[in-house]
Amino acid sequence: MPTSRSTRIVLYVYGILVIAFLYLPLVSVAFASVSRARYLSFPIKRYSTKWYGEAVESSTVSELLTTSLTVAVLVTVISVVVAFFGALAFARYQWRYRTTFQKLILLPIFFPQTVLGLALLMWFNSLGIIPSWKTAVVAHLVWIAPIATLIVSIRAYSFDPALEEAARDMGAGTWTILREITLPLLMPGMVSAALFAFLLSWGNFPLSLFTTGADSTLPEWLYAKMVSGYSPLVPTLGVMSVVGSFLLILTALAVAWLLRTNREARAAQN
Amino acid sequence: MRTLDRKLGLLSSLPLAVVLVVSFLAPLVVVAIFSVMPQKVFSLTNMPDFSSYAVFFDQGYYKSLLWSLGMALVSTVILLVVCWPLSYAMAKVFKKFTLVLTIAVVMSLFVSENIRLFGWVLTLMKGGLIEGHIRAWTGVGFDSPLYGVPIIVFGLVYVYLPFMLFPLAQGIAMVPDDTRQAAYDLGATRWQVLWQIEVPLAAPGIVVGSLLSFVLAAGALAESKILGGQAVIAIADDIETAFTFGQNWPLGSALSMILIVIIGGLALFGVSKVDLDAIMGRKR
Repeated sequence: MPTSRSTRIVLYVYGILVIAFLYLPLVSVAFASVSRARYLSFPIKRYSTKWYGEAVESSTVSELLTTSLTVAVLVTVISVVVAFFGALAFARYQWRYRTTFQKLILLPIFFPQTVLGLALLMWFNSLGIIPSWKTAVVAHLVWIAPIATLIVSIRAYSFDPALEEAARDMGAGTWTILREITLPLLMPGMVSAALFAFLLSWGNFPLSLFTTGADSTLPEWLYAKMVSGYSPLVPTLGVMSVVGSFLLILTALAVAWLLRTNREARAAQN
Repeated sequence: MRTLDRKLGLLSSLPLAVVLVVSFLAPLVVVAIFSVMPQKVFSLTNMPDFSSYAVFFDQGYYKSLLWSLGMALVSTVILLVVCWPLSYAMAKVFKKFTLVLTIAVVMSLFVSENIRLFGWVLTLMKGGLIEGHIRAWTGVGFDSPLYGVPIIVFGLVYVYLPFMLFPLAQGIAMVPDDTRQAAYDLGATRWQVLWQIEVPLAAPGIVVGSLLSFVLAAGALAESKILGGQAVIAIADDIETAFTFGQNWPLGSALSMILIVIIGGLALFGVSKVDLDAIMGRKR
């Protein structure tokens, strides 16, 4: 039964309202970041970009950004490598414990991250490791590596194993096949997985909270300031972090779109 | 080919398996052992006495657990109702707009949860985005809805919406249009189609979405701290306090274990019910 015109309109409006609902708090944060007053109240009387200037000059901020960035980059690199092999085990090869493996890697995603963070803290402690940003990398991996694996798996499901078999029949070894056939075929999935891994690590707070020791990531610092002692830099840094993430996503979407139109144009010429 | 597949499958599962054993399984074992240690010790070499589990009942920690589970349940039910029409539209009605919606929702996930919740504080507080403007225009303000149980549930609904929306849309996409059409042709009403065709056939998506939002909400911490102003204490909050201010690792571990058993049980039940190959688009 085709949906009636009025129902369709109601559904579109509903969809737009849900998007508005998701982004309304960010609008407030954005307004707060350009308010001149130290103690915020709406409607905003005087606008200024003074807090952005302070954020750029502050050495605390650059330290936070360096820590967050280092953690996110390491998590991304490790997750993508692990996810490449994980996805093959998840979707491509028919082996004995495949369904068990599929279900086990979902478990960490279901777990409350705060509890995972605390469990990791005790584990590091009983091993005699002092928590720092390096332990936070391990903590992020628990949650992000399985997600990256799922993303690459979607791609791995859609490729034809006959391509690998043909290469094998022509005498290619396992490594050659992985490098020349499997890797290029899974590449789009790995790029999305890398993007997800980076952004999820960049914004993660519950796992970092207990595992960074004396170091601090940007979301942790923001939380500390929210719960005790407001700082006018909170909305400013929030906006900067969000804008950074969104620019990265938009760049990625634009590159993907350009590559596709380029390929289609070439296909049309042939 | 078969034996080669088996060998390669096992080999390629190893990196992820190592990561998860080192960073997931081992920490959980440590928590389990710590939870039976005497109060306030910091090493694993003590005689177990299970005293932390007694403290859970004696000192009313079960109340926080019940609050957390209750709020998680209410927010899951609200999410089902709120997300159903939208998931339905994403799977069956919208065409290009589904992609726009997906990108918009996924992008919101990349913003740190505490920034988004803080945004709600700025929006809803007295003198915030809504109250401040209404007072400036009409001269009449209203009390802030912040710092109470309903706003915590609101925060849970807000944060976990994507975790319900996407599995639900995936589930509804699995309902064949022909089946619905046939039911209508045989004279079924809209409600009969919903309850007897769509809900049963979309069940895998409903189960995954509900379980995911329930377990994540049950272990949530930031909503009650940032929006709720600690009107009620969530179990995750008690766990954090036991570790930080309380300096009582065995108590924190015991509270974690109780939460882990409940959530782990539900999660295992949930993942055993779904066929991942079917959901994730297996072509062969």
